[in-house]
Amino acid sequence: MREISVQHISDAVRELAIQACCILPQDVYAALAKSQESEPSPVGKSILKQIVKNADIARTDAVPMCQDTGITIIFAEVGQDVHIVGGSFEEAVNDGVRRGYSEGYLRKSMVAEPLFDRVNTKDNTPAMLHTRLVPGQHVRLRLAPKGAGSENKSMLKMLIPADGIEGVRKVVLEAVLAAGPNSCPPLVVGVGLGGSMEMAALCAKKAASRDLASSNPDPRYAAFEEELLELINKTGIGPQGLGGATTALKVHVEFCPTHIASLPVAVNINCHAARHAEILL
Amino acid sequence: MSEIKKIRAPFDEATARGLQAGQCVLISGTIIAARDAAHKKMIEALDKGQALPVDLHGAVIYYVGPSPSKPGFVIGSAGPTTAGRMDAYAPRLIREAGLRGMIGKGYRKPEVVAAMQEYGVPYLAAVGGAGALIARCIKKYTVLAYAELGAEALAAMEVEDFPAIVVIDSKGNNYYEMGQAAYRQLA
Repeated sequence: MREISVQHISDAVRELAIQACCILPQDVYAALAKSQESEPSPVGKSILKQIVKNADIARTDAVPMCQDTGITIIFAEVGQDVHIVGGSFEEAVNDGVRRGYSEGYLRKSMVAEPLFDRVNTKDNTPAMLHTRLVPGQHVRLRLAPKGAGSENKSMLKMLIPADGIEGVRKVVLEAVLAAGPNSCPPLVVGVGLGGSMEMAALCAKKAASRDLASSNPDPRYAAFEEELLELINKTGIGPQGLGGATTALKVHVEFCPTHIASLPVAVNINCHAARHAEILL
Repeated sequence: MSEIKKIRAPFDEATARGLQAGQCVLISGTIIAARDAAHKKMIEALDKGQALPVDLHGAVIYYVGPSPSKPGFVIGSAGPTTAGRMDAYAPRLIREAGLRGMIGKGYRKPEVVAAMQEYGVPYLAAVGGAGALIARCIKKYTVLAYAELGAEALAAMEVEDFPAIVVIDSKGNNYYEMGQAAYRQLA
């Protein structure tokens, strides 16, 4: 049984929050730099250039790339041979968020309750924490801050099997068209298929925060990712919705076993700053 | 792409009406930072017949909620937020308070565009997510009112060569529609 202290976990979350908000991951940077070359629209090209320059400035000045430093999504994989000592795991994660957002000069965008008072928690807690128990003696933390401009354009539809692949295409296209310029294209589009309602949404979220250099390991789904990307880039929406061929940088599909009568489709839209940072403890 | 035009804010009538959809501009001068909560408060003031905390005649409102500034910096990251959330308020600020320009990102409702055409007001987009780059164009940040709103306070921003694109001009020409149509390949 390996021991990991809550302090270690909290420190890791603090660092990940600051890193994710201020340093654009290399995979996203590379995709943006490449899109600058291929984008045919002069306005689109100049926007992509500004986006890349923005990432350079954020890294140099150690400031957030975007003022919306988001709701803090954290995927935690906790090895079942790990003993967490010194306190509560969830409190440690939130303590890390609290310190990261305060000490890193990140914007605090969380309200404690959604409908009536909407009072800001002033430290960006709580994190949206998805914890899985896995074999082994490590803890893997993946932090993906998510801005509201893109998160608000998420979509979930409970299709039926007869709707098939055409039904999925339609839902994805509908979500991207509804997002338009509001979600800060070029987008990274996460599609979650199957499972139950909440599992489809979780698959979409994981897909939206996956590394851009990755493809679905199932070749049929990898081909579908490519096909959806081509389809989305034919909409003409382009960088910031001002027209062009780079509406999305990447489409990721994740799937889950599902019920014989169901075909859930969830779409989680990410903006061009598809922020994510990960650590293995 | 057309040549980049340098303009000054607040806007005089000729500047506001002279901007054309698709034009890239660099703005210098003073713009007003306000988003959801500050708009709600200004509309409440208008409802009560009270004066607004800032004179909006000729003013350009920038929809922004900056991140906190680090020591030694004027402001934190300061990119545009979604303009559509202010659609419920913008027509009244145009008609009743003399608002002359808006900077944000994303689509606007037809009723906003109608007020813009009626009063000669352009809507410009800044690059969403380019908050660190835009922050470098902001030379001074002064809270004018509603300080209790924190990042959402009503503030004056002195800007130098702030990059933006005219998306909807005062005649109602819409560059989101024009630009996208030029590259659309779907039936």
